[in-house]
Amino acid sequence: MTQALRLLHAVWVPFVLIAILTGFVLVVALTGDVILARTVTDGLIRMVMVVGLYIFIGNSGVLAFGHIAFTMIGAYATAWFTLPVLKKSFQLHLPAILAERQYPAIPSAIASALLASLVAFVVGVPIMRLGGIAASIATLAVLGMFYTFYQNWGAWTMGAATLPGIPIYVDMWTALAWVAVAIVVAFTYQQSRLGLALRASREDEFAARAVGINIWKQRLIAFVLSAFFMGIGGVLQAHFLGSIAVKNFWLGLTFVALAMLIVGGQRSMTGAVTGAAVISIIVEILRQFEVGLTIAGVHVQLPLGSQELGIAFLMLLILIFRPSGITGGREIPWPFALPPAPLNELASEVRATSTQP
Amino acid sequence: MTNLIQVAIDALALGSLYALTALGIGLIFGVMRLINFAHGDFIMIGGYALIVPSTAATATLFVGAWPVPFLVATVFIVVILLALACERLAFRPVRSAAPSVLLITSFALSYFLENAVIMIYGGRAKAVNLWQNLMDPIVIMGVRIPELQIVTIGVTIALLTLLVLFLRFTPIGVAMRAASEDFRMARLLGVRANRVIAVAFAISGVLAAAISFLIVAQNGTLSFHMGSFLVLFAFVATVVGGMGSLLGAALGGFLVGIVSVIFQVILPIGWRPDRDVWVYGIILLVLLLRPTGLVKVKSIEERA
Repeated sequence: MTQALRLLHAVWVPFVLIAILTGFVLVVALTGDVILARTVTDGLIRMVMVVGLYIFIGNSGVLAFGHIAFTMIGAYATAWFTLPVLKKSFQLHLPAILAERQYPAIPSAIASALLASLVAFVVGVPIMRLGGIAASIATLAVLGMFYTFYQNWGAWTMGAATLPGIPIYVDMWTALAWVAVAIVVAFTYQQSRLGLALRASREDEFAARAVGINIWKQRLIAFVLSAFFMGIGGVLQAHFLGSIAVKNFWLGLTFVALAMLIVGGQRSMTGAVTGAAVISIIVEILRQFEVGLTIAGVHVQLPLGSQELGIAFLMLLILIFRPSGITGGREIPWPFALPPAPLNELASEVRATSTQP
Repeated sequence: MTNLIQVAIDALALGSLYALTALGIGLIFGVMRLINFAHGDFIMIGGYALIVPSTAATATLFVGAWPVPFLVATVFIVVILLALACERLAFRPVRSAAPSVLLITSFALSYFLENAVIMIYGGRAKAVNLWQNLMDPIVIMGVRIPELQIVTIGVTIALLTLLVLFLRFTPIGVAMRAASEDFRMARLLGVRANRVIAVAFAISGVLAAAISFLIVAQNGTLSFHMGSFLVLFAFVATVVGGMGSLLGAALGGFLVGIVSVIFQVILPIGWRPDRDVWVYGIILLVLLLRPTGLVKVKSIEERA
């Protein structure tokens, strides 16, 4: 019993988050509402990105504006792998190894995300040497760079045009599964030696350096890991919508993902997940109002753009009145009394002996 | 030879635009450690102030049709008031927060302003005809140069000189430099924080409004993201120049402009659309070699 309770304590945060999300998805699945299911899937895909963003921003305390570039890289890479051969030959000019085969979904997803990680590693080596704000701006340069490049790289991306025909396999459960993976990995990382070192540097850069933490290295590790899940987010998006366009991976998506993280609370994983959920729900409500909604016989219709304006306004309010987000940077609290751990016993013994004259 | 002069003037003109934008951003960064994303939207709204607010596809000049002195004064006043309002409503409440909170606040503000403009004016680009004759080339020693490029360079030199004189010889300018050096110490010595920051925002508004005119005359169109591309390069310019140094911001701006034009000339035709990729790439390389930027500022090192 004690053992089980300790185990539960160790995995409490991811356990509760995943359980709540699974319950929610289950309820939606039972209603059988197809449109609602699509909305939820969309929200879950965003959640993968926000958890990815959290791995870097939350643990390092350095804002990054370039992560959507990794999402774009993941989305296009999976298209190169999984488009049917005939469509590839029509739309793109890929090298033989990609052009002549259609690869299976899961290995493609992982390979695409790894490509995003690889790119993150290459650009991260110089950028992570910069101080906080300069690093943030440099990540923006990375986004600008890949955005321009993909927009003009006709042979591989069809340039500014939409790339259609990507096999659609992502539903609510696939998205949920990846959210669960992202949450487990992010949590394991943040509790690990590496994650703790990075979080220490977030709290006090100089003290962290003084105890021998290599901040450049720790930030780079988080950057690469977070790019992996940004890439997965792109992969899911591509296989959910069936088509991708470069122009969708720009400041708009960057803003929404960051808003989710900040509104929820960037310093905790619970915050990242909460923010993604809350903003998704608000966006959906505002979208309903933009289309026009009849409440108690009164037809309400908000002008186009209310969605974006509403989120920006909400975010400003949060920043002004509650800058650490809804969760205030805390994780889900442990509700039970924890049985005394061996370490605690030891500590109290030490205390007892040291107070003796 | 004439070709070379033409390229040099292109580079200077583009560099001037980036430098002016970077200065507006650098000025605010100096006094309150805020990278102002919304600066591009100040520029954009300065442009939109010229036309009648409506979502119609074609633009009708409103302020833009007034006599030039009134027109110029109105746009400047609109942008300055906007900058002051943003400072008062969005930035002052978060002033004491961490630099990253300030940064994200300005990002949210920028998104807010852009979408407000989309709501009022519609999301599609609009053609406006303001001072189009400035695009006419004039011929100097066999080189054809659009008049506008001369105007751009002239305006930049004038504003730079004014800014330097202001910072050096007026009491508020001196206070502003002191605040950039060490804000807390400056306050202890009697510099009034609210006033210095408000004046900094007003000046950044002046710089933004000047760019509004130059950009509108150059492109002949208005769009809600016309400021953001400029600002992206200007940000990068402030980082390359060295955060917190006005000299660095101006130098960085010119550097980015010159590098852009050089790539425009030396890249093979098929690669030219990718020019910005090379520009960003070079910038990352510069940062790799000199992480603190060209002009290093001691007081800027982020403190825990």
